[in-house]
Amino acid sequence: MSHLVLEGLCKSYGAAVAVEALDLKVERGEFVSLLGPSGCGKTTTLQMIAGFVGVDRGRILLDGGDLASVPPAKRGLGIVFQSYALFPHMTVAENIAFGLEMRGIGKAEREQRTLDAMALVGLKGFAERYPRRMSGGQQQRVALARALVIKPALLLLDEPLSNLDAKLREEMQGELRQIQRSVGTTTILVTHDQHEAMALSDRIVVMNHGRVEQIGAPDTVYGQPATAFVANFLGKTNTLAAMGDGAGQVDVLGFRVPLAGAPAGPVSIAVRPERLTLAEGGFPARIKSRVFQGSHWLLGAESEAGTLLLMRPNDGMPVPAEGEAVKIAFAPADAALLTEGKAP
Amino acid sequence: MSFAASERSAPYWLAGPALLVFLGLVIIPLGMTVLLSFYDWGQYKGIVPEFTLKNWIEIATDSYFFEVFLRTFRISILVTLACVLIGVPEAYILNRMSPGWRSVCLLVVIGPLLVSVVARTLGWALLLGSNGLVNQGLMALGLITTPLEFMFTETGVVIALTHVLIPFMILSVWASLQRLDPQVENAAASLGAGFFTIWRRVILPQVVPGILSGAIIVFALAASAFASPAIIGGRRLKVAATLAYDEFLNTLNWPLGAAVAVLLLVALVLIIVGSNRLVERRYAQVFE
Repeated sequence: MSHLVLEGLCKSYGAAVAVEALDLKVERGEFVSLLGPSGCGKTTTLQMIAGFVGVDRGRILLDGGDLASVPPAKRGLGIVFQSYALFPHMTVAENIAFGLEMRGIGKAEREQRTLDAMALVGLKGFAERYPRRMSGGQQQRVALARALVIKPALLLLDEPLSNLDAKLREEMQGELRQIQRSVGTTTILVTHDQHEAMALSDRIVVMNHGRVEQIGAPDTVYGQPATAFVANFLGKTNTLAAMGDGAGQVDVLGFRVPLAGAPAGPVSIAVRPERLTLAEGGFPARIKSRVFQGSHWLLGAESEAGTLLLMRPNDGMPVPAEGEAVKIAFAPADAALLTEGKAP
Repeated sequence: MSFAASERSAPYWLAGPALLVFLGLVIIPLGMTVLLSFYDWGQYKGIVPEFTLKNWIEIATDSYFFEVFLRTFRISILVTLACVLIGVPEAYILNRMSPGWRSVCLLVVIGPLLVSVVARTLGWALLLGSNGLVNQGLMALGLITTPLEFMFTETGVVIALTHVLIPFMILSVWASLQRLDPQVENAAASLGAGFFTIWRRVILPQVVPGILSGAIIVFALAASAFASPAIIGGRRLKVAATLAYDEFLNTLNWPLGAAVAVLLLVALVLIIVGSNRLVERRYAQVFE
């Protein structure tokens, strides 16, 4: 039995479909990200789990029990909001203790657990501080502590890092992951930031137009994108026009690679820029541009199979000049067969 | 040097005209009223510009004045309380409405301010009279057998003043509700708080500044209101403003009227500044 099960979840606002037939199983202790552009339905999904938004059709099961008739206050979920939604008139300690107070937990235990939660998120000594007197990163920690101190069945994170600057965000990502591992709370993160999703999650649910495009581990979703949308949304990718022979091989301008499941006729395949190599035996292309990026070069190339982007490590090997004719190859394992995205 | 000096004095020059108007229209008449309250007055000699404490001693010793001032502040406090009790929930509901309905309801809320104070108060007199709609309705429902006295009572004055002044409370509370993080209620709910707990522990403390500024406006306007107490309260039910008016225009005892007016002003300022301090200290964190 999975810890959290979403079954055929649907939600629309008037004629606008926000979430359509979403199925998802989350195991205990798992960290799952809902990733997609704004308006893809990820936040609506989170709000349905939290109970702030009603479900049109489908079920949400937590430990096998249906949450439909359970009001948000009784669900016992920890939520970190994008704006943190701290109580500005309460100190850090009062903010964190609020959930415990609502549960009628005695003063002594409340104080102890509040102190433990503050230590967990690295806020020792901030008990009497008011949120307004704290930096964004610190407020974020208070919000996290407030959500975790009630020992929630689920931790829901709604774009929690989007208000932090880039450096702090990276720091918090590492810390968030480490805290989640140490307390072992099943966590669902909503984000539009692919790096955040890949850095934090056990599994990523890529969403678009209210539908799930792909569910999988970060490296799988990145390396084996199921649809053109996933391939383009997660990092940069090259889409190549190829011809399938119907016998498990595809042909890119004469460069033949085995690709399981490829049908006969024209197909699209995706290869990441860092997986394209310059090698004899590859298909012909011409270098159009080259940009030095320190640790690597970005090469733009033109071929009859499409415009290509290559990433070459700055490893001392000679880099082709602009206008030079080259041969480009890739390993069979690095190619992903793209099905058309289900959504327009 | 001279350029820097003129640059530094520019704000004063720019503020000058407004300052002059303020001085001429507010400070000087006020000073003259204060001065007037120390003048002598007699039935036959009129106003005599010589310094005396006669008026102030009269106000301090005659229990009639004490009674009027007590009534004025009792009415003002009741009106303020009624405005808080009705206005705060109303502002909250208004804030949660869809934009379309909200603008309609806002117009209804501000409505009383768009009608002339005399017309509005006469309307209340029609409703509240012993043969008025309210009494007829209550009697028709069998709730009362004899008409309730609203006219010429404090209850009537409180009802009419609450109606006029409640927009100030609603608008002021609404302004502070709009500054609230919309997710904060959800956050409290997710932590296990019920509706009333959220209200008491999370929303109310954060709108205290709005309630306070609304209460100050309502209290000050209720204490200095003239038309409503004059029409609904009539001649029997005097408040400070109608008392000063009578001294000025009926008795023609300007110095005594001036003393009443100055006392009302001083008392208002003291009460408002005092309560402001008190609330700001109690809720220091939300006042930043």
